[in-house]
Amino acid sequence: MIVMKDVYKRYPNGVVAANGIDVQIDQGEFVYVVGTSGAGKSTFIKMMYREEKPTKGTIVVNGIDITKIKNSKIAHFRRGIGVVFQDFKLLPKLTVYENIAYALEVIEESPKLIKKRVMAVLDLVNLKHKARMLPDELSGGEQQRISIARSIVNSPRVVIADEPTGNLDPETTWDIMKIFEEINSRGTTVIMATHNKDIVNTRKHRVIAIEEGMIVRDEQRGEYGYEI
Amino acid sequence: MFATSNEVNTDMKFRTIGRHLKESLKNIVRNGWMTFASVSAVTVTLVLVGVFFIILMNLNQVATSIEEDVEIKVLIDTTATDADQEKLTQQIKDISEVGSVTFSSKEKELDALIDSFGEDADLFKQLYEERNPLNAAFIVKTKDPLDTMKAAEKIEKLDFVYKVRYGQNDVEKLFDIIKVSRNVGIVLIIGLLFTAIFLISNTIKITIVARRKEIEIMRLVGATNSFIRWPFFLEGLWLGILGSIIPITAIIVLYKEISTFLEPKLVGNFIQILDFNPFAYQVSGILLLIGCVIGVWGSLMSVHKFLKI
Ligand SMILES: Nc1ncnc2c1ncn2[C@@H]1O[C@H](COP(=O)(O)OP(=O)(O)OP(=O)(O)O)[C@@H](O)[C@H]1O
Ligand SMILES: [Mg+2]
Repeated sequence: MIVMKDVYKRYPNGVVAANGIDVQIDQGEFVYVVGTSGAGKSTFIKMMYREEKPTKGTIVVNGIDITKIKNSKIAHFRRGIGVVFQDFKLLPKLTVYENIAYALEVIEESPKLIKKRVMAVLDLVNLKHKARMLPDELSGGEQQRISIARSIVNSPRVVIADEPTGNLDPETTWDIMKIFEEINSRGTTVIMATHNKDIVNTRKHRVIAIEEGMIVRDEQRGEYGYEI
Repeated sequence: MFATSNEVNTDMKFRTIGRHLKESLKNIVRNGWMTFASVSAVTVTLVLVGVFFIILMNLNQVATSIEEDVEIKVLIDTTATDADQEKLTQQIKDISEVGSVTFSSKEKELDALIDSFGEDADLFKQLYEERNPLNAAFIVKTKDPLDTMKAAEKIEKLDFVYKVRYGQNDVEKLFDIIKVSRNVGIVLIIGLLFTAIFLISNTIKITIVARRKEIEIMRLVGATNSFIRWPFFLEGLWLGILGSIIPITAIIVLYKEISTFLEPKLVGNFIQILDFNPFAYQVSGILLLIGCVIGVWGSLMSVHKFLKI
């Protein structure tokens, strides 16, 4: 569960990117975050995994108040959250398998568990047969699937995605959506910022619309609501 | 240094240590030219620091031995009466730079001379005991050894002074060198160290930009800051160790040469250089330590800003 109470974020340059946000997202929900460019979607999302710290207000994620958390505890907090980006953030010199295993190695999991988990998530994203390839040898959609696999290899309770389909063609986008829904169906909360009207209007889920750092609309099974 | 995460350090697994070692070595190899640049920076710094340090320590040694040994021997004219001697003592004591004045009779001077001949002393003993050709003398020490020349010049002008002797002719020059080098050397060494740290942190910073993504991903998936820092810490250590190889070899070889060359010439002289053993090894140890410190410091400094939350 994620709870934000009266959250403000003012960047050092004076821009106010969150302007009094109150929201609750329950465990297992699927949430779209929509809004025009510069509205504050990424800021909203970044505050959830403590990449940005709010100027004011409290944010509780998985029962932890991350506005009060000590710096030394952030690493452990992050292990409960998977993050996916538009640009995949894969390491080009590591194979597909190594890229995913990397996420477990750096948190010092045992080799046995790593192998088991990596194979399981590769299976989920249907890329077991490409485990030995390098990211450059894969299509954009496949790279994003690897990136998603990495985000869930740790079995996080929440997966946060910032425009995960921003770089992908429509067909690939549907594949990615299916994977997120599959993850969601297993009880993981999925929060996705997106500009993709078709997705939001076709695969109906909760929609949170942000304008100028404020939540202007919050609907279960909502619509995208903007003309592109 | 790794205060940000206490849990991981206490039960850091062997596997993890192995991984960090592998990572750091891989990066050293992978960043070929940057490694070369950083190692060169350490090398140049350590060579200069080493040379300055050796010169400084030896000058210090020389200065100390001079400070202990330098005295002015004032030979008193044989024609001087007791009263004349009395007057001369007072005049020397009145010179502002003078610290102490000790009288040494001509018998005592002879004893000292005979002693200095060691085994052959007996031969001379007989010869000289009949008629002592030496002068009585005052042994004068200045308050500040560096004022020796000044005091000697003043004493030379006094009546009944037969001759004034002190240290070597080069003492004056040496003192000037010592005075300047001590200060310049310390400033230079400190300056060099900071330059090296700056150079290293900059070269490593360049390699880090390429590893930015790696660090970013590590942080995203929940690697602790200390976990991220370890390979950098080790990498800095390697840079320091690699960078000290040439300086240490050079200093051991050169110092050996210099001491074998100089030592015979300095026998019996009040100027001595520090013995090869243990001095050269001590300097090597210090250089290795400095190399590791600047390597690690530079490395951790460059990773620091990527770990800010
Ligand atoms: N690190 C930062 N420093 C200063 N200002 C920032 C920073 N990050 C974002 N902003 C500003 O905050 C506002 C909201 O940015 P944010 O990235 O949250 O928007 P967004 O809704 O994600 O936009 P987009 O759809 O283009 O990704 C913008 O005006 C942006 O310029
Ligand atoms: Mg954004």
